[in-house]
Amino acid sequence: MSFEFPLLSLIIWLPIVFGIAVFATGNDRNAQLARWISLAGSVLGLLVAIPLYTSFDSATSAMQFVENHVWFERFNVNYHIGVDGISMPLILLNCFITPLVVIAGWEVIKERVSQYMGAFLVMSGIINGVFAALDAVLFYAFWEASLIPMFLIIGMWGGPNRVYAAIKFFLYTLLGSLLMLIAFIYLYQSSGGSFSIQDYHRLTIPLTPQILIFIAFLLAFAVKVPMWPVHTWLPDAHVEAPTGGSVVLAAILLKLGGYGFLRFSLPIAPDASHYLANTMVVLSLIAVVYIGLIALMQADMKKLIAYSSVAHMGFVTLGFFLLNAYGIEGAMVQMISHGFISGAMFLCVGVLYDRLHSRQIADYGGVVNKMPAFAAFFMLFAMANAGLPGTSGFVGEFMVIMGSIKVNFWYAFLAATTLIFGAAYTLWMYKRVIFGAVANPAVGGLEDISKREFALLAILAISVLWIGVYPYPLTEVMHTTVDHLLIHVSNSKL
Amino acid sequence: MNFIPPDFAPASSEIFMLIMVCIVMLADLTAGENKRYLAYLLTQITLLGCAFLTFLSFSTATHQTFSGMFVDDTMADILKMMVYGTVSAVLIYSHAYISDRGMLRGEFFSLILFATLGMMVMISASHFLTLYIGLELLSLSLYALIALRRDSVIATEAAMKFFVLGALASGFLLYGMSMVYGATGTLHISQLAQIIQSEASSKEVLVVGLVFIVAGISFKLSAAPFHMWAPDVYQGAPTAVTLFLGSAPKLAAFGFVMRLLVEGMGEMVADWQGMLVILAVMSMAIGNIAAIAQTNIKRMLAYSTISHMGFLLLGFISADSNGYSSALFYVIAYILMTLGTFAMIMLLCRSGFEAENIVDFKGLSKRNSWYAFITLLLMFSLAGIPPMIGFYAKLAVLQAVVNAGYVWLAVAAVLLSLIGAFYYLRIIKLMYFDEPDTNEPILPNSDVKILLSANGFAVLALGIFPQALMGLSLYAIQNSM
Repeated sequence: MSFEFPLLSLIIWLPIVFGIAVFATGNDRNAQLARWISLAGSVLGLLVAIPLYTSFDSATSAMQFVENHVWFERFNVNYHIGVDGISMPLILLNCFITPLVVIAGWEVIKERVSQYMGAFLVMSGIINGVFAALDAVLFYAFWEASLIPMFLIIGMWGGPNRVYAAIKFFLYTLLGSLLMLIAFIYLYQSSGGSFSIQDYHRLTIPLTPQILIFIAFLLAFAVKVPMWPVHTWLPDAHVEAPTGGSVVLAAILLKLGGYGFLRFSLPIAPDASHYLANTMVVLSLIAVVYIGLIALMQADMKKLIAYSSVAHMGFVTLGFFLLNAYGIEGAMVQMISHGFISGAMFLCVGVLYDRLHSRQIADYGGVVNKMPAFAAFFMLFAMANAGLPGTSGFVGEFMVIMGSIKVNFWYAFLAATTLIFGAAYTLWMYKRVIFGAVANPAVGGLEDISKREFALLAILAISVLWIGVYPYPLTEVMHTTVDHLLIHVSNSKL
Repeated sequence: MNFIPPDFAPASSEIFMLIMVCIVMLADLTAGENKRYLAYLLTQITLLGCAFLTFLSFSTATHQTFSGMFVDDTMADILKMMVYGTVSAVLIYSHAYISDRGMLRGEFFSLILFATLGMMVMISASHFLTLYIGLELLSLSLYALIALRRDSVIATEAAMKFFVLGALASGFLLYGMSMVYGATGTLHISQLAQIIQSEASSKEVLVVGLVFIVAGISFKLSAAPFHMWAPDVYQGAPTAVTLFLGSAPKLAAFGFVMRLLVEGMGEMVADWQGMLVILAVMSMAIGNIAAIAQTNIKRMLAYSTISHMGFLLLGFISADSNGYSSALFYVIAYILMTLGTFAMIMLLCRSGFEAENIVDFKGLSKRNSWYAFITLLLMFSLAGIPPMIGFYAKLAVLQAVVNAGYVWLAVAAVLLSLIGAFYYLRIIKLMYFDEPDTNEPILPNSDVKILLSANGFAVLALGIFPQALMGLSLYAIQNSM
């Protein structure tokens, strides 16, 4: 392996270049060309990302595949990128989801195809940039830039209330990010003029500024995750977004928030993290329990899955702020697994929506009679969403519950209720949609999934089962980094 | 008594400009109705010639002439070069618009050139009187430009309003200057700084004078609470004139603030800092909140200007070259964005149709996806979203503010700019999420097409590679202090 080859840059910029090429195909006369270029771009994007895993050295917690160039000297900003055991799996997840999104929109998107596909490719590259950035300004630029394509995707191809959802999504996320920008500038001053994230990790900061910095980061990341009580944009955005948008939103964009906690909040403000850990745990448990109950009451499938996402991401933040190895690794596994499961769930709803143009649970019933193959896949993903052992959903939740029992029995007790609520809302929805008599005459005319849809769901099903049965390849790459992070966080920076 | 002629060399571009304005007027007078193009060409040549002369006289040294009333330093040269570029772009953008509306006459061009000359004098002034002459030359030309369509009621009203309020502001400024003169006994900006430093003057009188001077400056910058004229004038003036008065004069105003507050009264930073904080916060609050309620795009952009000027003032608060260069970078970024935005508005105008309302942007992406994309870049840049240049401008200013210890001010600034993001998003929403009302194609001339594309591209490219422009701003400030 040669370190000179700019592999990470390639992973970031290749999808963006392809995205621009897709835009260049212009109007819908060239729709088929746009589709093929995007498929090629996204698959190439996945292929070039594979060496990231195969050449990754899991014995070190240092940054790997590092590239460092001066970007602009005026503020000492560098084009500094690299990955460790935390960011590498997330980049792979993103590269993996992108081709699926392209395939999912293949026949469904008929209007302004080149703009739709191009936006997803550009966004994919930008998100890789967020995960790889080691410079605060570079990170921030990628972080905010990722809003632009998503805003357009929701607003242009979304449902009836898309404008409201798109603007709410954008402003909500911007609110959090802007305070993070102030935190970065503050850190720039107190570090004597550096925007390097690794310099911030070493910086000593008194407790009060640490808490303020923590809160600024918290607003940015909590909105993205999203944590209760700043989660309200998510159901709106999910319901209105097109299927591909929902998949990327749930599978990738939410992970940006979780990643932010690990890269910024914990290492830069460890004392504040300890100081506020209980508050964070309580907020996370509210998300797990209360949002779980809200999900139970939803009549709209997408909304139900959106709330279930909030509850599952509550597990992620819970795991982080237990501040032990089980918690953080469990939370990481949960993030990856949630990427697969929520993506798959939204694709399943998309499959139904494409046929009947309704997301209401009440409009369905007895779907299994017409779509047996679909019902089988949906069953698997519903079980995984409920955290059934043997699926990836179980591994992360189990590890986080193990971690929380070490801290406090009642944390573990409340966290474990998710296994009940999760099963309740997911399986109840499944029962009402799939089983029973055919309630709606339109259901009688349903056709089972096409080869394209079958391939999509099969790939995701394999991933879910693989991580569920054998999570070792995933935990192995992150182990050293997480240990290092924990040691770092346990040392006071006052 | 011997008359020693002053050194004309530092003012060569101003003198050339003055001669050329007369030539433009005469040429247009003698040329027939079908040779209106001549004035346009001559104007562009004038700007090019001035740029050449300024380039020739460019040096890092500071030259004073006319008994120290006129100064030629690095900052002046760089600002002037930018003024020429901006005015030239304004003319290219507005050429089709004004010829459709019968304004393609010598008056338009000579007034624009007079205004430009006023800006150049302001930028190079090192004496209160020179400063005032430059300012009035600019203002009077602008009053006339706004009223150029004399049969338009709304334009006449705008010009009247601008004139009355502008005269009041000039009065403020003169009153402030007279107080400063009373306290220090000098009108020379460089001597002023020395006298204030030696504390030989009455502090009370100086501070009262400073208040009036800051009020006058705020009016020219359209910073709240002296902003009332801006929405009406922006709306009432022909769009080509709005473009002109919203762009290049901001560079002159920046020079004005630098000369008066920084060079002249830099010792009184503790006094004007607090005033600027209030002005900046009020401008950002009023500008951003009032812009939400607007349905007229020009009014909306007027309020957006007010908020941007608030942000610009933040750059001065840190009172060091870091802050001033950030403010300069902000002005340049702002002008790039304003030029593009107003050019888009004029592109949507057709003969007999004025694109005045925000809804005129409806469905633009379906009418012409390229121009919609450029507007998208401009709007995200105005909202301060990376990787557009508007973000780096905000970053630079915020960094200066935090550096000066005003973290709360930075927090207030970003929260208010969040409100601002809403109305820029609304334009994008109209362009991309709504269906067009008309399918009339957009057919710009090829020069506008190239320039507008370059303008939109610059907003993105200078955002991705901001080093050159940031370095230039810092260079301009550091070599002149």
